[in-house]
Amino acid sequence: MVLILVIWGLLQAASVPERMPGHSAGTISERIAAAAPHDTVHVEAGVYTEPTIVIDRPLTLLGAPGAHIQGTGGHELLVLAADSISVSGFTFSGVDRTFMEDRAAIRVQDARGCRIANNTFRGVFFGIYMARATDCHIESNTLRSQITSETTGGNAVHAWYSTHLTIANNRIDGFRDGIYLEFTDDSRVEGNTSVNNLRYGLHFMFADRNAYTDNVFSDNRAGVAVMYADGISMQRNVFRRAWGASAYGLLLKEIRRGEVLNNTFDGNSVALLVESTDHMTFHGNTFAENGWGIKLMASAIGNVFSDNTFRGNTFDVSTNSRTLDSRFEGNFWDTYKGYDLDRDGRGDVAHRPVTLFSVLVERHEPVIYLHRSLLVDVLNVAERLLPVLTPVELVDPQPRMRPPL
Amino acid sequence: MMTTLLTFHIKDALRSRWLFAHFALYLIITEGLLLASGTGDKTLLSLINVVLLLVPLVGLVFGTIHQYNSREFTELLLTQPVRRSVLFGSLLAGVALPLMATFALGVFLPFVWHGGVTQDQGLRLALLLGLGSVLTITSVGAAFMVSTGQTDRVRGIGTALGLWLVYAVLFDGAVLLAVTTLGHWPIEKALLGIMLANPVDLSRLILLQVFDAAAMMGYTGALFTRFFTSASGFIMAGTALLVWMLLPLWSARRRFLSQDF
Amino acid sequence: MMHLLSHEHPPVEVRDIRKAFGANQVLAGIDLVFRRGETTAIVGPNGAGKSTLIKCLLGLVRPDQGHVFIGGINAQQDAAARRLVGYMPQHAAFPGSMTGRDMIRLVEELRQEDRAPDLELVRRLGLGADLDKPFRQLSGGTRQKVSAVLASMFSPPVYVLDEPTAGLDPVAGAALKDHMAAERERGATTLLTSHVMADLEELADRVVFLLDGRIRFDGTIEHLRTLTGKDRLERAIATLLEGDAA
Repeated sequence: MVLILVIWGLLQAASVPERMPGHSAGTISERIAAAAPHDTVHVEAGVYTEPTIVIDRPLTLLGAPGAHIQGTGGHELLVLAADSISVSGFTFSGVDRTFMEDRAAIRVQDARGCRIANNTFRGVFFGIYMARATDCHIESNTLRSQITSETTGGNAVHAWYSTHLTIANNRIDGFRDGIYLEFTDDSRVEGNTSVNNLRYGLHFMFADRNAYTDNVFSDNRAGVAVMYADGISMQRNVFRRAWGASAYGLLLKEIRRGEVLNNTFDGNSVALLVESTDHMTFHGNTFAENGWGIKLMASAIGNVFSDNTFRGNTFDVSTNSRTLDSRFEGNFWDTYKGYDLDRDGRGDVAHRPVTLFSVLVERHEPVIYLHRSLLVDVLNVAERLLPVLTPVELVDPQPRMRPPL
Repeated sequence: MMTTLLTFHIKDALRSRWLFAHFALYLIITEGLLLASGTGDKTLLSLINVVLLLVPLVGLVFGTIHQYNSREFTELLLTQPVRRSVLFGSLLAGVALPLMATFALGVFLPFVWHGGVTQDQGLRLALLLGLGSVLTITSVGAAFMVSTGQTDRVRGIGTALGLWLVYAVLFDGAVLLAVTTLGHWPIEKALLGIMLANPVDLSRLILLQVFDAAAMMGYTGALFTRFFTSASGFIMAGTALLVWMLLPLWSARRRFLSQDF
Repeated sequence: MMHLLSHEHPPVEVRDIRKAFGANQVLAGIDLVFRRGETTAIVGPNGAGKSTLIKCLLGLVRPDQGHVFIGGINAQQDAAARRLVGYMPQHAAFPGSMTGRDMIRLVEELRQEDRAPDLELVRRLGLGADLDKPFRQLSGGTRQKVSAVLASMFSPPVYVLDEPTAGLDPVAGAALKDHMAAERERGATTLLTSHVMADLEELADRVVFLLDGRIRFDGTIEHLRTLTGKDRLERAIATLLEGDAA
């Protein structure tokens, strides 16, 4: 114990800012080994290169500005293998990609109550990898990578068989998936920015009762994918510029009983793809300047779309079926050509958001060649008057005259 | 000589009612769209239809009528020491330039007093006006071709309307028929060639690249995007537009130089 | 202006021109030479080839064969030939929004003569203020006066006048004929068509009678009278026509 106190004293003496690192203070692993549970281990500025650091007891690891844990490429940097560990203030780099394992800068393994905050990750394969983590907070980290192909990249924040996570206010740029959740329930994903990822900005599968709010997903090659989940809530997120042949602002597949409220979909190839999804509420969202606003597949059942705004989309809604079980109520469509004689703010004639042309494009994609031609305009009007190919039930009986506030 | 004649033709145009009517037409359409939909993209999108349909229609029909109306005066000018090629150039410019200018001004001015445009919108508007000008030259050239080849006025105007119908509607009808019946054949690449054969379609697809970029992501859409963004495709599209401007003119000029008045 | 014409070449020379419109042979080999100071009436029934012959002279119609030379310049190949010609069409279609003065200025610039135009005829025809009114406000006769001014404003060596007095009031008609007579005195060569026989008798020295694209008579008015035994030109021409039918 005396020895520990002496070392502690030496550490304190060593932590003057000008001091070059890696000298008499020893490695971080040594300091952790020397720390008592619930201690705070301060790490001063400097580049630390050492074998994988394993934290096996609850403690706080606090990096001073300039504290940089740099790997040599072939191993993970930090493993959190105990409860109540906090890591903050560090820069992590030097974790090479590998096909053998999901090699991460920080791995959380069977831990509870961890906190990883205010760190910077550069040039890492996986950023933060959580396996069987509970009640962990991943906050205000910056994760940057420049992977060049989907198959060789890792994920920035990855969770597997975890619960009660809070992933908030992180900035993620250039991974395969920005945030990946699998078998991870009852978690919150808030205020993150996830951009330029080669696959999904956010990707989750088999992840129930999670809430996603106030995030920005932009310029991700395939957008955001949500599959096989129950009871999700997505609110006030921005889905922007998912751009490509199979890119979706938000892809929903096998989702039930969730809500998608007040989100903004802006400039995506397909803003929202709804497939085999039932009893979802889509309310108050804005679909602007997308190629397709909503692609509603025949397998979607009992969904309600209300008070959404559709503006400047090439196609507002398209579908591959003539019979549909979803309802549209009181949305604002900028393509609506009706009138409001009784001045109740609702159009007096129903709006058919699915045009003949969108059905033709769904069946024969090359027909897109004819978009904005006089012929197509005439065909659309004719179909509107006498529907033959478009779904008869897919109408908004009382469309709004103005976008909802 | 050219300047003298051109000045005369433009002065004549400036004093005539048709030019003012043409200007007013575009002014009223644009102003109406701006009042109805604001300065956003929706107005620009509606203007696409105007540019693709009205501009060629006006160019063809007006160009033809104008040529028939001024035929006797053209004859009179030819009895002066004027080379036919020079007169042809001034006649063409005397119709196409005023049409282009009043079209561009009529569309542009309402944007000015509705608070201007953003830089992005300005570029889109410029593209729209540019393609409108190209289509003006093409359709006026076609009108000259019709009127030099056909001395009967009624038949000439009928031919001009027919040309418009073919390029603005029937051509697309044939494409729709082909795509829906030959769907199992790889016809996407053929569509690139087909597009180059119709200046209206070519202009429309260029505009789609800008106004509906997000929707051009399917196989065909991406094919077109790749075409227009590649150097060779860009050059081919530009060359095609140039050919579509020059071909009718060249043909009309050849007839004009050898025809009997 | 006469200096423009070289003395080696006749003012107008028509060499074996033929022209067919489809199966219709409108001109079937015409040879003519028009001399200085000579006024020639081109006469013949409708469809005889008069207007096609005139259009060949003006370069408006390209003959299938043969050439027209104006002062030695090939009228089909060189627009400069028309600098030597003043043309007055039967009916001048001026743009309705332009004025006579606009036209005078235009012709001035197109001809690029190195001297000011002679606008004496404006005064003599009593055009005056009408010169500044748009054509759409002018009567056919007034337009015809403008047309006469345009044809003669640079005193060209060759005149081609197509029904020049049609639509003119008698006073203006007389003024124009006086002017043409004066031009002939100065050596101008004039080709004339008219349905007004009195005009032809007054102005022409020579008559060329066309029928079915061929020259049926070419000689002086006196010769024509002698040949047909008719004093009045109208009678003489009718006799020619009858003789041809017989």
